[in-house]
Amino acid sequence: MWSYLLKRVLAVIPVLLVVTIIVFLMLRLTPGDPAANIAGDAATTQDIEKLRIELGLNEPLPVQFAIYVKNLAKGDFGESFYYKRPVISMVADSVEPTLSLALFTIFFACLIAVPLGTLAAFKQGSWLDRIVMAFSVIGFSVPVFVIGYILIYVLSVKLGWFPVQGYQHIGDGILGWAYRLILPSMTLSVIFIALIARMTRTSVLEVLNEDYIRTARAKGLSQSRILIKHALRNAAVPIVTIIGIAIAILISGVVVTESVFVIPGLGLLTLDAIQGRDYPTVQALIFLFSVVYVLINLIIDVIYTLLDPRIRY
Amino acid sequence: MTQSSASLNSIEEESVEGLNVVERPSIWSRLIKHPSVLIGGILILFIVAMVPGASYLTPLDPTEINPRNRNKPPGYEAVYKTDEGERYTVVAKMGTDKLGRDVFSRVVYGARVSLMVGLSVAVISVSIGLFIGMFAGYFRLVDAIVMRFMDGLMAIPSILLAIALVSLSGASLFTVIIAIVIPEIPRVVRLVRSIVLSIREEPYVEAAISVGTPTAKILYRHVLPNTIAPLIVQGTFICGSAILLEAILSFLGVGVPPEIPTWGNIMAQGRDLFQIFPHNIFYPGIFLTVTVLAVNMLGDGLRDTIDPRMSREI
Repeated sequence: MWSYLLKRVLAVIPVLLVVTIIVFLMLRLTPGDPAANIAGDAATTQDIEKLRIELGLNEPLPVQFAIYVKNLAKGDFGESFYYKRPVISMVADSVEPTLSLALFTIFFACLIAVPLGTLAAFKQGSWLDRIVMAFSVIGFSVPVFVIGYILIYVLSVKLGWFPVQGYQHIGDGILGWAYRLILPSMTLSVIFIALIARMTRTSVLEVLNEDYIRTARAKGLSQSRILIKHALRNAAVPIVTIIGIAIAILISGVVVTESVFVIPGLGLLTLDAIQGRDYPTVQALIFLFSVVYVLINLIIDVIYTLLDPRIRY
Repeated sequence: MTQSSASLNSIEEESVEGLNVVERPSIWSRLIKHPSVLIGGILILFIVAMVPGASYLTPLDPTEINPRNRNKPPGYEAVYKTDEGERYTVVAKMGTDKLGRDVFSRVVYGARVSLMVGLSVAVISVSIGLFIGMFAGYFRLVDAIVMRFMDGLMAIPSILLAIALVSLSGASLFTVIIAIVIPEIPRVVRLVRSIVLSIREEPYVEAAISVGTPTAKILYRHVLPNTIAPLIVQGTFICGSAILLEAILSFLGVGVPPEIPTWGNIMAQGRDLFQIFPHNIFYPGIFLTVTVLAVNMLGDGLRDTIDPRMSREI
């Protein structure tokens, strides 16, 4: 098991290296002159030339890459063209809203989806099961921003229960913070409820056919005890792994949700940076998002191996 | 799962008399009977019919700006003039947007872009992925390098990769398609590679190698047919997610140029006045949802019928 874990951790290195190369090359290999792209339409030839030297774009590619990696290793992600401040400090300012939204979403989704999926499996073929299955197909197809606008229209504009947009930092009052996060996280959690409910149903169904469930029934244990203690516990491992897949969806969902609800997080920062042609910021954010994705998947794999003693590599 | 319907039929004909052989229905009748395929397929036909039928559904130009008809709710009777100066009224079934363009005709013409993006992304990414995947699966040397690259590409969130690619190379329909294709390729490569790896160990491939069949012929004759069913299923899902991603990119303002009517663009242009005129977002939103849902249902049904091996996974 330990040799597997070591292998798994080491496998992250080439992936991150490739990510670095792709992110590095993305700016340099796209059609057109990157310096001219960055300088914008109004720039003169001298401006562009000055910028090229400033960015080190006059050096050969391998030298540029070496400098880029050296800076990354020092934790230096460059400076924003637009705000003239280190990208890393801008990222630090935007982490809180994104992290809050993500955690709220996962919490909401699990709270609803796990019981729903378990019940659907337990009453397989019933109307509840059918509704859950239908929802899991529909929930996967409705775009996040459409859900967001429907919820805003009904719950904010018509009923006035929630603010339409905006975010409150946790430091300015925990109640206001939680209150303003309800609508965005409800929006984003629909797709996860669909995903997790479906996965829970499948894995509980599989477990319910096992011999030890029959034994538990024969012993005369109550239904709820069988479900929670025996079935759900053993079905938990595949449910945890689905979160790995969910992270990729979460990242794209965060970008859209933050845009709809004007939440000043990493997603909005990325969009602003792209619209403002702020390439160092864009590069750094894509790199960081990818690193987070790779690391979370690594952590899940490790937990998975440690938790399930049946897995031997 | 890899047998074609023709060979299935020949097996049925040879069934021994006296044995109670239940005839396996042909693949087409199984497809038609599957509820997801049927419902998804019919819905898709309706959306596809909007492409040639656009000029019959609406007499209006989806890009025509008409300041007098700005921001009208659904059901408004908008007055237009022909080139000869004659007046005629058209009921704006879905209202008009902030530039006075008819939302219904924009939605109808928007279907073209969505379908084109979905179809081109599916075809291009499946073709490229098939090519790379076959090589990676069959040649060990290529495999290691290619798969490391694909792992890296997959680690970058597809929406960010697409946004960055579009904004770096300038927004156009073509760049949007390419930007959605690139993040999809690794998923196809992985699928094809895993099929090739398992097929390579089959006795009939070993036999083919031992009698000296050229590699190209083995790939074409034995490996390629096994990839078709899973790729049709995968291609359908790619089509659905490409339609969704195109709408997201346009909605975020980094997709297809705003002057082209697409569902995402209509919604993007309706964002600032959403609270007063929600029709700009809801109508294209409904069409987008139904289309993606139909494509995904078709994919689910196809997976159950033509590729049962995959239906056991989620």
